Amino acid sequence: MATPKIIVVGGGLAGLSAVIKIAEMGANVDLFSIVPVKRSHSVCAQGGINAAKNLKGEGDSTWQHFDDTIYGGDFLANQPPVKDMCDAAPGIIDLLDRMGVPFNRTPEGLLDFRRFGGTLYNRTAFAGATTGQQLLYALDEQVRRHESEGKVKKFEHWEFLSAVLDDGNVCRGICAMDLRSMEVRTFPADAIIIATGGNGAIFGKSTNSVVCTGSAQSALYQQGVYYANGEFIQVHPTCIPGEDKLRLMSESARGEGGRVWVPKTPGDKRDPKAIPEKERWYFLEEWYPKYGNLVPRDVATRAIFKVVYEYNLGIDGKPMVYLDLTHIDRKILDRKLEGILEIYEKFVGDDPRDTPMKIFPGMHYTMGGLWVDFKQATNVPGIFAAGECEYQYHGANRLGANSLMSCIYGGGIAGPNAVKYARGLQAASDGNGHFAAEQKRQEEINAKLMKADGTENPFKLWRELGQLMTKDCTVIRYNKNLQQTDATLVEMLERYGKINLSDRTQWANTTVVFARQLYNMLQLARVIAQGAAMRDESRGAHYKPDFPERDDKNWLKTTKAYFAPDADEPKFEFEPVDTSLIQPRARKY
Amino acid sequence: MAESKSVIIKIKRQLTPTSKSYWEEFSVPYRPNMNVISALMDIAADPSTRDGKATTPITYDSNCLEEVCGSCAMLINGKARMACSALIDNLEQPIRLEPFSKFPVVRDLAVDRSVLFENLKTVKAWVPIDGTYDLGSGPRMSAEEQEAAYPLSRCISCCCCMEACPQFNEDTGFVGAATISQVRLFNTHPTGKALKRERLAALMGDGGIQECGYAQNCVEVCPKDIPLTKSISEVGGQVMKQALGDLLRR
Repeated sequence: MATPKIIVVGGGLAGLSAVIKIAEMGANVDLFSIVPVKRSHSVCAQGGINAAKNLKGEGDSTWQHFDDTIYGGDFLANQPPVKDMCDAAPGIIDLLDRMGVPFNRTPEGLLDFRRFGGTLYNRTAFAGATTGQQLLYALDEQVRRHESEGKVKKFEHWEFLSAVLDDGNVCRGICAMDLRSMEVRTFPADAIIIATGGNGAIFGKSTNSVVCTGSAQSALYQQGVYYANGEFIQVHPTCIPGEDKLRLMSESARGEGGRVWVPKTPGDKRDPKAIPEKERWYFLEEWYPKYGNLVPRDVATRAIFKVVYEYNLGIDGKPMVYLDLTHIDRKILDRKLEGILEIYEKFVGDDPRDTPMKIFPGMHYTMGGLWVDFKQATNVPGIFAAGECEYQYHGANRLGANSLMSCIYGGGIAGPNAVKYARGLQAASDGNGHFAAEQKRQEEINAKLMKADGTENPFKLWRELGQLMTKDCTVIRYNKNLQQTDATLVEMLERYGKINLSDRTQWANTTVVFARQLYNMLQLARVIAQGAAMRDESRGAHYKPDFPERDDKNWLKTTKAYFAPDADEPKFEFEPVDTSLIQPRARKY
Repeated sequence: MAESKSVIIKIKRQLTPTSKSYWEEFSVPYRPNMNVISALMDIAADPSTRDGKATTPITYDSNCLEEVCGSCAMLINGKARMACSALIDNLEQPIRLEPFSKFPVVRDLAVDRSVLFENLKTVKAWVPIDGTYDLGSGPRMSAEEQEAAYPLSRCISCCCCMEACPQFNEDTGFVGAATISQVRLFNTHPTGKALKRERLAALMGDGGIQECGYAQNCVEVCPKDIPLTKSISEVGGQVMKQALGDLLRR
């Protein structure tokens, strides 16, 4: 039998984890990435990675981790795969440790763990405050080793455009574009794994990296792959507002004792350190005495919104609150949080060891994504997905430090399952005509864009999209606004037809690439807006003041969007959630 | 109405790897807290030069915009640094943006830095684990050892140290500080040091560690404050010791 060929798209933690598993199984793997894989968005993860190793004598267990994750996700996640992930987590930490990740240590030389949101246990392993960077590097090094042994072939600076599907709707490979020569090519494979991350760019400014556009997921959705729970978007409570992006201020700042507060007097213009303790309002600690500053992200975000917009207590009347570390010993801060304090110092100019940081919530994580089964397979045979681009592990709200685990674990499940599928795959019955057809379809899109001489600038259109989605599709949602949002998206898709390409060069043309991504963003934005409009309840990150309670009777179900090509819009169906292990209960922190 | 401030930027452009370079000047509206990346984004949204001539958006590498992915390195007012952490308020205007001079230009400010990733293969910059199946916990390590390894492991492969190094050029074929520092990192790891001999052998001879001229430019430009010169002297000692040993064993 021929050696199976698997294509992995995306070189973040999920993609690299899948690549390593496939290489170990002796299959061939081609790895596609827009950026050199070492520069993937996983580097941005800061605070840590969860695993119930119970090294602090707290009686933590993988079941407790599982329960915290399901409860934190407001019971929307199918439970069996989440349990499997939590059970596998301690072993994954050991593996990363063996790969050389410089995790922080205890005096005895064991792994150190810290607290994170949504749990009462010290369950988060960490490498300073750049844990994602350190984990990505460890996997990148292992992939480089396999690459040097000829088991992995990398295609960096290539952008995924679409799957190649045969007449029986079975995936036979991918169509991709060389971002330098602009050449469009097809690549055959027995199975493909999509690991293309989140879709922050749909919201304009977010904590996500530039490449996190959701374009690949959207292209696949438009080719018939189901997109699940699109309406669940995590807004991280503590970000640093910026002109080009929102920079994350890790939850680990609160895990190490950081306190969130505002002056009790509206418009108090004093220097924060001149404001005495009794004139400060530590609203999270007051409202949530058990978890305090470490309530889950959706809860903290809504609390900050309430304080800023209902009580008008934002710092200096602006949408900002303090995140204060100044009471903590500088040496401890340097040892455990240096990476993130450095970001604040470099990008804001103040030293957070001396001055409380000014922060505000920002779009951070895509809980929804490509629908997959427990083997990480989508509904289209031969297409698998892992990492943030799929929907499986976080339900309606992701707990901090669970994303790195879900990426590595999901990739580790997707890889072997793709190989197993490939080994049993029959050859296409209809020849290879679908490759040429798909290539032609994609080349025509490029050719049309290259000729586009309308009036709409794609970058300006994108800024409008971001403002629209951030305003009506994030923290607080109203049906009227969501319906208006969708109508505006339809208008924007029409305006997209009148786009103007300011660059027609056939070499390293970033404008044509961006224009392609923008179209896919607009299509996927409709899935998010319509999904949010339909779900008349409040659950996890999805909050509607008109429907403030969770409604298990009507909405304990997964939203599945599929693209109706004739109508050029999403259609929806719903699927019951597997709650076979933990009975849903009210979520009260 | 108060006159709105603007930011003046001169950019060295080049359409293809082989075409001639040229300069264009831009003016973008000033906003507090801007960085070089946000100015480049403004140009993309309104691609015209300062004198109103229509042009193309600038091609440049970028991704995380938090100075941790290593993408957006370029010469800013002549200095090798990351564009995301280059705040407009701290830069003298007109701001000059140029691609790295020692790497092949792809287009405009984007250059090909794949040489570093090839170097990392040559020195086997990885821990040779047996496999990813469950083999129990890793080697025990003291907090001091972790605190020594972690700063070295924060290298973002931006190549600023190589651009700034007078010895990094075609004549010497020098591998550069980033790679040498990774050798130091993996040679200290309890499992990683199994490949120490091979790594050091890769750094001997032409283009190896001997090419370093101790100009110390690398450590000055490193955006992550990695102790690169210390790495070079330490690995230099290891190479010397191994070379001597090899000689005596002959």
